[in-house]
Amino acid sequence: MKIENAIEVQDVSMCFNLSREKVDSIKEYVIKALKRQLFYEEFWALNDISFEIKKGDSVGLVGMNGSGKSTLLKIIAGVLKPTKGTVHTTGTIAPMIELGAGFDHDLTARENIFLNGALIGYSQEMLEERFDDIISFAGLERFVDVPIKNFSSGMLARLGFSIATIVDADILIIDEILSVGDYQFQNKCKKRIREMMDRNTTVLFVSHSIEQVKEICKRAVWIDKGHIRMMGEAEEVCDAYEDPREKG
Amino acid sequence: MSFISVFVKYKALIVQLVMRDIKTKYRRSVLGLLWTVLNPLLMMTVLSIVFSYFFSKYGNIENFPVYLLCGQVIFNFFNESTSIAMGSIIHSGELIKKVYVPKYLFPITKVMSSGVNLLASMIALVIVMVVTRARVTPTVMLAVFPLAYVLLFSVGVSLLLSAVAVSFRDLLHLYGVVTTAWMYLTPMIYPMEILENAPRWVVFIVNANPLTAFIKIFRCVVLEGVTAPAILHVQSLFWCLVSLVIGALVFRRAQDSFILKI
Repeated sequence: MKIENAIEVQDVSMCFNLSREKVDSIKEYVIKALKRQLFYEEFWALNDISFEIKKGDSVGLVGMNGSGKSTLLKIIAGVLKPTKGTVHTTGTIAPMIELGAGFDHDLTARENIFLNGALIGYSQEMLEERFDDIISFAGLERFVDVPIKNFSSGMLARLGFSIATIVDADILIIDEILSVGDYQFQNKCKKRIREMMDRNTTVLFVSHSIEQVKEICKRAVWIDKGHIRMMGEAEEVCDAYEDPREKG
Repeated sequence: MSFISVFVKYKALIVQLVMRDIKTKYRRSVLGLLWTVLNPLLMMTVLSIVFSYFFSKYGNIENFPVYLLCGQVIFNFFNESTSIAMGSIIHSGELIKKVYVPKYLFPITKVMSSGVNLLASMIALVIVMVVTRARVTPTVMLAVFPLAYVLLFSVGVSLLLSAVAVSFRDLLHLYGVVTTAWMYLTPMIYPMEILENAPRWVVFIVNANPLTAFIKIFRCVVLEGVTAPAILHVQSLFWCLVSLVIGALVFRRAQDSFILKI
């Protein structure tokens, strides 16, 4: 891996077995096996994707629903193993794919900060030290000891973003999160993302809002049906993506 | 990365996951954690009133309440930990899809939180021993062995079950039947003498049952004040090894496909 790169994606392909009907019980399995209905259909969500992202760069992923963006993010975050190809990353990854996945709804905001922080890999001492910063950025001072099942989705998103960005990760993965929360919080988030970028955090950003991609990212990758359609300056790629003649 | 270094790296997460289980289990109940002590005590009281009468013809079991509770804490720990751990991967689905965490931490932390309950139920055992004026000998210190055996055995079984349950969800329901049968084939309530006239295969299963070995050792050191025969330790270690090896192998093979199935 080259020293100046934060993420290297090499010839990544991802194949899913789509069983026509999902079989997840012994009963169904036996019946289907007896009737010889256990067919599997291959679906290639990604085909030979290769790109490199330099340290401190900010890259937007754009593409239609089902184009394979989320699959690619999961592979980069390390939760999904690609069928072919390799992914290398350097340093810590702060995943923010759909915020709040690591929350337990019966616990309070305070308890969830420690649980979620531990999931991301933060030390407990650091969380204790920065606890007040996390709460104040999320604007939840009055709700620290309230079980989060009583929180609104905006409050959860604020808490999740605040925990994930409390320290500078080497790589920040942001998937569609800026669509939650009011514009005031969105601006706060964008400001924090830019500050992290200034301190050399690599940002990988997925959004259906082309405006946000143009605003935050320097470069962009356009993924279309599992292939890279275009790669380059964010403005250029986004304009091409939005160009009605290119669609279809 | 080796198993140990992963454990050190995720120490904070393990602590948080275990604490989460304990906090959510007893949240909003007045007596809270006290239930972990009260529950085995109450069960033991009911069972010993009924069964000490039934089993009196097999000769008097010395201190039946303690005899019963010894079996109960071991069996209940195994039952509870494996039943909860079985669904741990399925229930952590949302998380597994989003953050990379070694997946075996989920079943193992479930066993660990049941382990905390096991320690609390030890308090119940101490209470009953004090109340019944049981003879306490230095051998009680050796109780850590059977407890360690049942812990390791449960970890292996939990790894296996949690991995298999992802592909076959109906096993979650089936397992309740299995543990009920398992309970009857474990000398938890009844004395071994009751099996005198039982068919040979039943006697064989009861004796081969790993939990039987753990419980026998536990009773030797706690109740009878003697060290357990070495053969029981060999048997216990054998079962722990078998369960850990099979559990780890199956889990390792299955873990990359979890994300596609949950």
